[in-house]
Amino acid sequence: MSLVNYATREITCKIVYYGPGRSGKTTNLHYIYSQVPPDRKGQMVSLATQTDRTLFFDFLPLDLGTISGFTTRFQLYTVPGQVYYQTTRKLVLQGADGVVFVGDSQARQLDENVESMQDLHANLADYGIDARTMPLVLQYNKRDLPEELLLPVSELDEQLNFRDVPSFPADALHGPGVFETLRAVSELVLRKLSTSGGGRF
Amino acid sequence: MRLDERFRFDNLVVGAGNRLAVAAARAVAEQPGAVYNPLFIYGGTGLGKTHLLGGIGHLAEALQPGIEVEYVTLEEFVGQLLAATSTGNLEIFSARYERTAMLLIDDVQFLTGHREMQAELLKLFERMQRAGRQIVLTSDRPPAEIRDVDERLISRLSGGLIVDVTAPDYETRMAILRTNCEERNLTFKDGMLEEMAKFSFANVRELQGALNRLVAHQALGIDESKPRAPEPASRPAGEFENFLTDVSSVVQQHVESWQARLAEARQYWQGEGFKTGIIERALTLPREPDVSGLLATFAAAIEHMRDLERTATAVDPSLGGNSVFRDPERMEEAEDLVERALAGATPPEGPSPMFARDAFEVSPSNQLAAHAADAVVAEPGTKYNPLLFHGPSGVGKTHLLNAIGNALVAASGGTKVVACVHAQKFVDELIAAIQSGSIERWRIRYRHADALIIDDVQFISGKERTQDELFLLFNAIVGAGKQIVLTSDRAPAEIPDLEARLRSRFEGGLVVPIQAPDRALRQALIKRYLLDAGRPADDALVAVLSDQPVQSVREIIGVVNRLGAAADASKTPLNVQMARSELGLATPYAGVLAVGAQSGEGVPYDAEKVVWEWPDVTARLNEELR
Repeated sequence: MSLVNYATREITCKIVYYGPGRSGKTTNLHYIYSQVPPDRKGQMVSLATQTDRTLFFDFLPLDLGTISGFTTRFQLYTVPGQVYYQTTRKLVLQGADGVVFVGDSQARQLDENVESMQDLHANLADYGIDARTMPLVLQYNKRDLPEELLLPVSELDEQLNFRDVPSFPADALHGPGVFETLRAVSELVLRKLSTSGGGRF
Repeated sequence: MRLDERFRFDNLVVGAGNRLAVAAARAVAEQPGAVYNPLFIYGGTGLGKTHLLGGIGHLAEALQPGIEVEYVTLEEFVGQLLAATSTGNLEIFSARYERTAMLLIDDVQFLTGHREMQAELLKLFERMQRAGRQIVLTSDRPPAEIRDVDERLISRLSGGLIVDVTAPDYETRMAILRTNCEERNLTFKDGMLEEMAKFSFANVRELQGALNRLVAHQALGIDESKPRAPEPASRPAGEFENFLTDVSSVVQQHVESWQARLAEARQYWQGEGFKTGIIERALTLPREPDVSGLLATFAAAIEHMRDLERTATAVDPSLGGNSVFRDPERMEEAEDLVERALAGATPPEGPSPMFARDAFEVSPSNQLAAHAADAVVAEPGTKYNPLLFHGPSGVGKTHLLNAIGNALVAASGGTKVVACVHAQKFVDELIAAIQSGSIERWRIRYRHADALIIDDVQFISGKERTQDELFLLFNAIVGAGKQIVLTSDRAPAEIPDLEARLRSRFEGGLVVPIQAPDRALRQALIKRYLLDAGRPADDALVAVLSDQPVQSVREIIGVVNRLGAAADASKTPLNVQMARSELGLATPYAGVLAVGAQSGEGVPYDAEKVVWEWPDVTARLNEELR
C-alpha cells in the first residue's frame, strides 16, 4: 500500500495491533476512539463475538486532517488474538506499515505473549518482510491490575523485547500509555520514510 | 520560584500558531539537554509562552521524578545575581544554577542594558550547556532584536532552536474557549462561544478577559451557566491533539522534505498546465538533489516557454496553446517552431535585385574582391567567412555585396534566406525592437537567415548594444556554418570604437580592399554606360572620358548622364568635342574653347596658355597623337 503519496499529497499508515488473545488490543482502539474529537471520528468497525472477543478484526480509521499539506490518515487494525484465527491474522498483517505488539503484563500470560511474538515474526517472514525493518513497538498492558499478578517491565522487556524497540507500560482501559504507544509507532513509521529513501509510489 | 500548577501541556490548546513551539517544548521536556539547547520561544504577550515553560517543567518532572527544574523570570534572576554579588556569594549562586538540570527563564527581553549581568549569564550558559543542562528562554521578540545585548550572548541564545508563537486562529480560539469553559464548568448557549471566537483577539489573555466579562454579565442577568458534572472517564483533554502535534512535527521532519517541495512544485506546474517530467524524475532520485536550484531552473524554463508562446502567438495566433509550449523538455522544438514562425512571417530584408553579378565589371582594382565573391558564392560559409570588402565610397562594394546575395539565393533555387541590410538599418531595427520589447523576434529573424550581409558596417562604431547583438549573431551564424559578408569604408582596424572581439572576428575571414576604379575599369564602365544609355561609344570618346580620374563609379555614371542630357538639350551628337566642351576644364582647349564660346568664331590657338592650362599629361599626349 502507499504510505506517502506525493502525487495526491496523502499519507496513509496502516498500523496493526498484534498480540495474544485478551491482551487489550481492541481496548486500545476503543480508548483512542474515545479521545478523537467528534469532527474527526470515522466509524469504528468492530466485528466482535457475542462475548466481545474480536472475531475478525477491528478497524479504526483516524483522519488526522491536513498536516503540512498532506491529507493524513491512520488506519488502525487489530488482529484476533486467539491462536485458531491464524489465517485472519496473517491477512490483516498484510501491507502493515507498523506493528504494535500488545502484550499482557500478567505473569501467567507470559507464554501466550512469547508465542504470539513468535507468530508475528513467522507471519512477517511469510510475507518476505525482514522483521528488523518493520516499525514495531511493544506495549505491556494491564498495568492497572494488582502488582502481584504482574511481571515487572524489565522482565517483560527481557522476555519479549529482544530487538530493543520502544516499549510502554499501559492501562488501555483508562488510557495511560495508549497514546504514547501510538505516538511511538507513528513516529517510527513516518521516520522510516527518510531511511528508505522516500515514499513509495 | 515555583511553576504555576495551571500551566501544563494537558490544558494547553494547540493550534496552528503554536504547534511547532509545542512540539519543540515537548521534545525538550522529554529529553532535556539533548535536542534543542537552548530552546528560545518568542511571541507577543499573552500567547502562552509562560504556559509552555510551565508545561516543559511539569512534563520533565513527571517523566523524571526528582529532576531539578528552575523557573525564574529574568528580573528575579537579575535580582538574585545582584544580591549574590553584593554579599560576595556569586560562587554559590553560580553553583546552584549549574546543578539545575533545566533552567527556564521567562521574559529575557529585559536583558537590555544589563552589561555585567550579560557577561555573568554568558559564563553560566556556557557552563550549563557544557554540562548538558537544558535552558529554555522566552522573550517577546527574537534574540537578534533584543537591543543592547552582547553579540556572543545573542549567538548563544540563537544556537539551539528559535520558535515563535503567534496569535491563535479562529479554531484555536474556539478550542481555548471550550477548554476554559470545561475547566470552570461553564456552559453557554449554542453559538455564543462561536460568536466570541470570531473576534480576532490579539492574544489569549484578551480572549479570557472577554470570556470573564461574558461570565460576569451572565451572573448579573439570567443565570445560564449551570455547573456541569465533569465527565468521569475523561482523561486530560487534548491527548489526541498532542498526538496530532507529534505526528505533525514528525511529518514536517521526515516527510515535508525535499520530495514534498518537489511534489508541491510539480502539482503547481501541472495545475498551470505544464508537463513536469523533469520534476518527476527528480522525485525518484535516491538522494536529495539541489531542490532550490532545480525548481528555479524549471521556473525559468517555463518563463522562457511562456515568452516563446507569446512571441509565436503574436505572429501566428493559431500557435497559441500548442502543446509544445507546455513541456519544458521540448524547449528546442518550441524554439524551432517560433523561429520558423517568425522567419516565415517577417523575413529579413534580402539583397536588391538591381545589382547583378554580371553587371559588375572587373579590373585589376577590384579583381581580388570579385574573385573572393565568386568563391563565397561557390562555397558559402566555408571558404572565406566572413568576407569583408573595404574601400572608398562608390567603388562597387554594395554592388558586389548584393550580387553575392542574389547569387546565393539563385544558387539555392530561391530557398535560401539571405539577410542583406545596411548597418544603419540594422541599428534602427534593433532600437525599434528594444522599444517594442520584441528583441527576441528581431534576433530570431536574423539567426534564421542562411547568410548575413551587412553593408557599411562601420556605422556600428560606438554603438555598444548593436555590437553586442552583432557579436552574438555573428557567432550564431558562423557557428551554424552560414556565410557572412560585410563592407566598410575602411579596414576593420581603422573603425573607431569597435570592440576588439568584433574586430578580430571581422578580420578572421578575408579582408579585401577595393580601390578607386583604375583606367581599365573606367573604360569598361564608360563604354557600358554609354551603350546602356543608347549613345555611341566610339573609342575616342571612351578614351577621353576614361582619362578623367575619378574616385568612384558614381562619378562615371554622373559624367555619362550629364553628357547625355547635354547632348539632348543641344540636340548635338555626343562626341569628343561636345564632351570636352561640356566637361569644360578637363580639356586641352579649355581656355580657347571659352574664348571661342565667347566670340562664337573658329578655334584660336594660344600654345602658351595651352601648356599652362593643360591639366593632364596623359590627356595631352593623347591629344597630340590625334
